[in-house]
Amino acid sequence: MEAAFGRTAPNIPRVEKGAPLPHRVVALGDGAQVLVTNDAGEFMALDRADFATFAAGRLTPDSPAYDDLVARHLLLAGRPEVALRLLATKVRTKKAFVQQGPALHILVPTLRCHQSCLYCQVSRRPIGADSFDMSPETALHAVERILESDAAALTVEFQGGEPLLGFDIIKLVVETIRRRAPDRRVTFSITSTLHHLTDDIAAFLAEHSFQVSASIDGPEDIHNANRPLPGADAHRRTMEGVALARRVIGAANVAAITTVTRRGLHHPEGIVDALIGAGFPSVFLRPLSPYGFALRSARRTGYDMDAFQAFYRRALDRILWWNRQGVEAEEAYAAILLTHILTPFHSGYVDLRSPAGAGLGVLAYDYDGGVYASDEGRMLAAAGDPAFRMGTVRDPLPVLMASDAMRLIATGGVAEDLPGCRDCAFLPYCGSDPVHHYATQGHVRADRQPSDFCRRHTGLFHLLFGLLLDGPLEKQALLTRWGTQRLRPEAAA
Amino acid sequence: MSLPLHTFGTLSGDFAAPHPLKVLPLADALTTELPFDRVAIDLRSDPVGGVDLGALHALGFAAALTADSRGPGAALPIFAGLRRNDVVAAGDVIGVTARTGRIGVLYRRGADSNSLFVTERCNSLCLMCSQPPRNEDDSWRVAEALELLPLIDRNLPVLGITGGEPTLLGEGLTRILVGTAEHLPDTHLHILTNGRRFADRRMVTAVTAGRGRTTWAVPIYADTAARHDQVVQAPGSFEEALEGIHNLAEAGHRIEVRFVAHALTVPRIMGFAEFVWRNLPFAEHVALMGLEPMGLARRNRDVLWIEPAEAARAIADAARHLATRGMAVSIYNTPLCLLPRDMWPLARRSISDWKQVHAPECEGCSVRDACAGFFLSADASWRGTDIRPVTNETPEPAHAR
Repeated sequence: MEAAFGRTAPNIPRVEKGAPLPHRVVALGDGAQVLVTNDAGEFMALDRADFATFAAGRLTPDSPAYDDLVARHLLLAGRPEVALRLLATKVRTKKAFVQQGPALHILVPTLRCHQSCLYCQVSRRPIGADSFDMSPETALHAVERILESDAAALTVEFQGGEPLLGFDIIKLVVETIRRRAPDRRVTFSITSTLHHLTDDIAAFLAEHSFQVSASIDGPEDIHNANRPLPGADAHRRTMEGVALARRVIGAANVAAITTVTRRGLHHPEGIVDALIGAGFPSVFLRPLSPYGFALRSARRTGYDMDAFQAFYRRALDRILWWNRQGVEAEEAYAAILLTHILTPFHSGYVDLRSPAGAGLGVLAYDYDGGVYASDEGRMLAAAGDPAFRMGTVRDPLPVLMASDAMRLIATGGVAEDLPGCRDCAFLPYCGSDPVHHYATQGHVRADRQPSDFCRRHTGLFHLLFGLLLDGPLEKQALLTRWGTQRLRPEAAA
Repeated sequence: MSLPLHTFGTLSGDFAAPHPLKVLPLADALTTELPFDRVAIDLRSDPVGGVDLGALHALGFAAALTADSRGPGAALPIFAGLRRNDVVAAGDVIGVTARTGRIGVLYRRGADSNSLFVTERCNSLCLMCSQPPRNEDDSWRVAEALELLPLIDRNLPVLGITGGEPTLLGEGLTRILVGTAEHLPDTHLHILTNGRRFADRRMVTAVTAGRGRTTWAVPIYADTAARHDQVVQAPGSFEEALEGIHNLAEAGHRIEVRFVAHALTVPRIMGFAEFVWRNLPFAEHVALMGLEPMGLARRNRDVLWIEPAEAARAIADAARHLATRGMAVSIYNTPLCLLPRDMWPLARRSISDWKQVHAPECEGCSVRDACAGFFLSADASWRGTDIRPVTNETPEPAHAR
């Protein structure tokens, strides 16, 4: 198919009777319907009989599904070069991210953190430890690398540890970028407990239009149990930080990021209500990550993916319930998947790309100057495996890009070429995530089908397509709003 | 309200030049940078005999408009006794037919739309065409347009170019675009084209002079070739138009997609909306339009007729589909009383002022001034049975979903 896209073929005869174009299929729900998708992410659900006729190439124009299939480039009728040209444009649009260098730059100002969360994925260090802070010199080298990327819009994200413990580095990085590249579009973001947010820091974050993600695990009891502190007041202190951030930076710029632990698993409504009740317009419900300390503590805090699916289904339903009460809120991950399903565009999310986002879309700068192809690659290194270490902040971008780590990613980065992905109907909306599969399955090219990543995402796609195709119209409209709201001008403003 | 685009007057004197003329009051005429032989001086409010016509003639002015005939023998040609004085105003550009005394307005200062009508020829034959094509050599229109361009006010925001199919002019269209670049460098062009000729990249090259300051408004009437080609009565035109749009867009041109709702297009309007969203998301504007009951639309009423309320519901659903997704959408030629209120912000007063009216049913309507109203040609049989005044108590129109 790729070859046909690249050349013009003016003498291919017209196709008068619809012939199937390249597509992938999956049975939905109880199997009465089959979802058919193309490389551009266009889709249609067919009943079994229509699907059999379609797949056999015998669907005729008098079939009610015929025109829809032709219009969505699942059937070919007319001049093949026109259909292929439109499809090629759509695939280019969907994968436009490959045309530019890394847009997301994750920077770790310090590994220190004052909390010791049960599931910590980032191998944090105690607050008093020395030599786990990024030096100003390292930070300035990182800025050089960031500005080397030709991405049209850059995002610089500060993580930790608790990044606010390294605020001086944040300040240095932001001000240096602003001074060095006043005309570039740069978005700054931070993921933090906000325990160390002060009036001065908040004013600085507001001045530079930071997007803030507050780590909140739901209601106070769950949050405090997940995030033990001597005073058992982690939740109260985070909410105080949230209040300050909203006041100074703006409520629309403060989102919640929630890690779902075994303790939270049975309380989806309680967690959603706590977050939406606290006024968050966007919540991100994450399963436990298999990295760093999280991997080691999995026996204590972990659960299987079916349990997460059950949690997530109820949580999603609860957010939609709030929407119907007139409360604007979304689950951020569903919104990303819906953007992939319902629009011609990609969301930009680096972990759901093919070719993979690791290294190509994102770079992670560790406190010690190590540069990794993703934040997960950094965590893996902290656990002893430097496979995705590209080099150091002193290496120019082309050198980093030519590293062994990138060669490794390249061999497992294209989902269209991977076992478990290449025949999957959800492929156009998903990603290859070679770093995750290296970490969990032992190889960047590992068969995806048995992986927790695959089970999580196929579960999400079945859930969302079920709602989009057969759910109540009201839910369809709400989910459409989630998937498209970043495209609407009034929402972007 | 509708103000005609022509009137008649009495012509006296030796009027030979068939050029378009800029109408200017005396003070402006004397200071204009335009050649005097392209200026008709508007003396209709000056006292009779107060101006020395001989002197104006000596200066080289082309003609004067006067309230009454100013006595024979004036060397300066005179247009007098206009049937409707309000048709022509200062700043307008007029074309005069000496034989009949017809004075046509080619450009109207301050009008909500001004267009160059550049050809009557077309390579499609849309079932609802309001301006049925005529296959005659009308290349004189290019010459007229080129003479008209220097007379148009430079601060004009938007100039339409329409036909017929402007791309059939080939190199003539190139000359018009070069002319607009020279005389109206700050004016945006809005050009109606069926897009088919742009399937040939050479045609795209021929309109390079318009790049960046032109919106090419291309009609797409369905999400499948079969239905679109049926509407435009030209096999292959759907694919040609799509290739044309892509060729234009790849060359950096700006695209508007236009859709007309009638019995043949409404059944697939949601498919159309999704098709545009998936295939043409780069279009800067989508215009969803009600039918103009003129020309072929009247002749083909049997195949096109649909209750305007049903067409409006379909248009509203398609508009909502696209607007939710962040596309810029406008609803044209559709009265507000047929649209759900959430779509009112997208409804435009789209009908050119010279052919726009309100209906007797509109009496007492509170949103009349914001409403598109009707085409002058839309008699009661075209307006359907659902037009009624909107008041605070008016319920929402029944919703399709």
